[in-house]
Amino acid sequence: MSATTHAIQPLRRVEGIVAPLDRADVDTDQIIPKQFLKRVERAGYGQFLFNDWRFHPDGSPRADFVLNQPGYAGAAILAAGRNFGCGSSREHAAWSIADYGFRVVIAPSFADIFQSNCYQNGILPLALPENEVAGVLARAAAQPGYALIVDLEACTVADAAGWRLGFEIDDFRRRCLLEGLDDIGLTLQYESEITRFETR
Amino acid sequence: MNARPTTLFEKVWEQHVVRREEGRPDLIYIDLHLVHEVTSPQAFAGLNAAGRAVRRPERTLATVDHNVPTTHRSLPVADPVATRQIEALRENAAEHGITLYDMGHERQGIVHVIGPELGATRPGMTIVCGDSHTSTHGAFGAIAFGIGTSQVEHVLATQCLLMERPRSMEVRYRGRLGPGLTAKDLILHTIGRIGVAGGAGHVLEYRGEAIRALSMEGRMTVCNMSIEAGARAGMIAPDQPTFEYWRGRPRAPAGEAFDEAVARWSTLGTDPGARFDQVVEVDLAGLEPQVTWGTNPGMVVPVSGRVPDPADLADPDNRATAERALSYMGLEPGTPMQDIELDRVFIGSCTNSRIEDLREAARVARGRKVSPRVNALVVPGSTAVKAAAEAEGLDRVFRDAGFEWRESGCSMCLGMNDDIAGPGERCASTSNRNFEGRQGRGARTHLVSPAMAAAAAVAGRFTDVRSQA
Repeated sequence: MSATTHAIQPLRRVEGIVAPLDRADVDTDQIIPKQFLKRVERAGYGQFLFNDWRFHPDGSPRADFVLNQPGYAGAAILAAGRNFGCGSSREHAAWSIADYGFRVVIAPSFADIFQSNCYQNGILPLALPENEVAGVLARAAAQPGYALIVDLEACTVADAAGWRLGFEIDDFRRRCLLEGLDDIGLTLQYESEITRFETR
Repeated sequence: MNARPTTLFEKVWEQHVVRREEGRPDLIYIDLHLVHEVTSPQAFAGLNAAGRAVRRPERTLATVDHNVPTTHRSLPVADPVATRQIEALRENAAEHGITLYDMGHERQGIVHVIGPELGATRPGMTIVCGDSHTSTHGAFGAIAFGIGTSQVEHVLATQCLLMERPRSMEVRYRGRLGPGLTAKDLILHTIGRIGVAGGAGHVLEYRGEAIRALSMEGRMTVCNMSIEAGARAGMIAPDQPTFEYWRGRPRAPAGEAFDEAVARWSTLGTDPGARFDQVVEVDLAGLEPQVTWGTNPGMVVPVSGRVPDPADLADPDNRATAERALSYMGLEPGTPMQDIELDRVFIGSCTNSRIEDLREAARVARGRKVSPRVNALVVPGSTAVKAAAEAEGLDRVFRDAGFEWRESGCSMCLGMNDDIAGPGERCASTSNRNFEGRQGRGARTHLVSPAMAAAAAVAGRFTDVRSQA
């Protein structure tokens, strides 16, 4: 297989603190506002994640925002309301989430382009039933430091208190995440078929 | 032979499948790749780092639109970070042999305005761009959708994409648009009906008499906002107006080649009896001009309506979202929309900056004055639209009324350049997104049609354009 252009870290099992963001329809303009899209780099976007919700206009942290609360420091799992990542196609949204340290986003549903961008960056967009997400959000809000174990090999998500849930995910995307495969490497294997298509 | 009746979407998709394998996404071929400065530098960097070439530079077309200033084109761009991004696109286009419609070029413009304008956008194509409003091109009967930067790199390297085939949804309109109503009102009303995630995982096909009666500009406005309903793409079957729009465009052939293409495209439409995965009916009877009140495009009411009361919403998530939206927007439930005063008006964006949009706005602005409390901006979608508008004297109409007349670009739709609204400022905008901070941190956006925006500029508040015409 051809070399990948940016290494995708394989994702098999993630154990980490859950940061609850109990909002529906979180759009990518909120995940990373437009003023941070002018850079030509691919790295270093974590500092801009949720900028306008996370920081006052003078740059000081807003105490009421979940990521600024000490109990959620080092969170690896973000939980949010339905239709997460709607709006613009900016992959900077996925880059900022990954660069901040999240490996998994849990929500009842995701916007199509954002979901695809997650897969391209080794992030698991984990869709769970709305009532289960509501439970996760409530527990994470009530107990800062609440952690989940997401096992992509077994397709289960569980907490230390015995809550456990199986989930479904597209098998192809699951394998890509488990092995850290990138689409370009895969597609280049079919070069001759592309050429045949072009010349038909 | 009795072929199974198929939809427009199915036909175009199936014609582009390079490889299909059980348990994998389809590998589909991309006919046209549009590139702009904001979502491409990392893709080119990846390509260059891997020592790969652009597979089909002639199927790739680039322009600068998101970052560019709309004031003086002759001066250097003041923002050094934006300058670097624009420079990067220049270098990448030159290195890989991609045509770039740069600042100062007579064909520069918003990527979704110039694609059709050049005749590069064609029926039956697959079209992608690192921009969610790529859905615009579906107005021509193309499958057109936004992709992330990793996929931009993928298309540059392979001219293909790995993608699950989306499901199909028919949006069937009953009735026609009444006088004074526009494509923008139709699509805002539709998004209000089906919701901002209502189209998720689907490609929409807009159908019905009202759609057939729209100009190509109007159809582009409709398809443009498919993404605001959460859809992967939106499409309209090609017909005579589609072909006439394409005729004589710089990249359209003449003579026999034109006729052959048209003959081929005439069979693309959805067959009678073809099945969609979902069907939504939208009744246009009694439709009024639409105005959004909240922080997503589905939060919309008729202009005669009032700001809704979140307490009336049964779903707790919807209630919480509406309360947050009202707080951000600085609005009280029950306020008549026509009592809402404005500070700004923006006429532009890939949704509503084409010549017809400017004509509609100018018809309202002609002989009137922008309210002294309002700062109003007109930003043509392309340098060619600007020239056409000036040839018709529309720039004079706007300037005489007190609008600023600018160079083309994305401008205040997302405020990546200097065109932003201040904290708390309220803007009537012909763009596509009223998200928090979209037009500037703390800025409050209300989405409307170009005619409604012009009427709002004059009145200093929302008003039913049908009473001003």
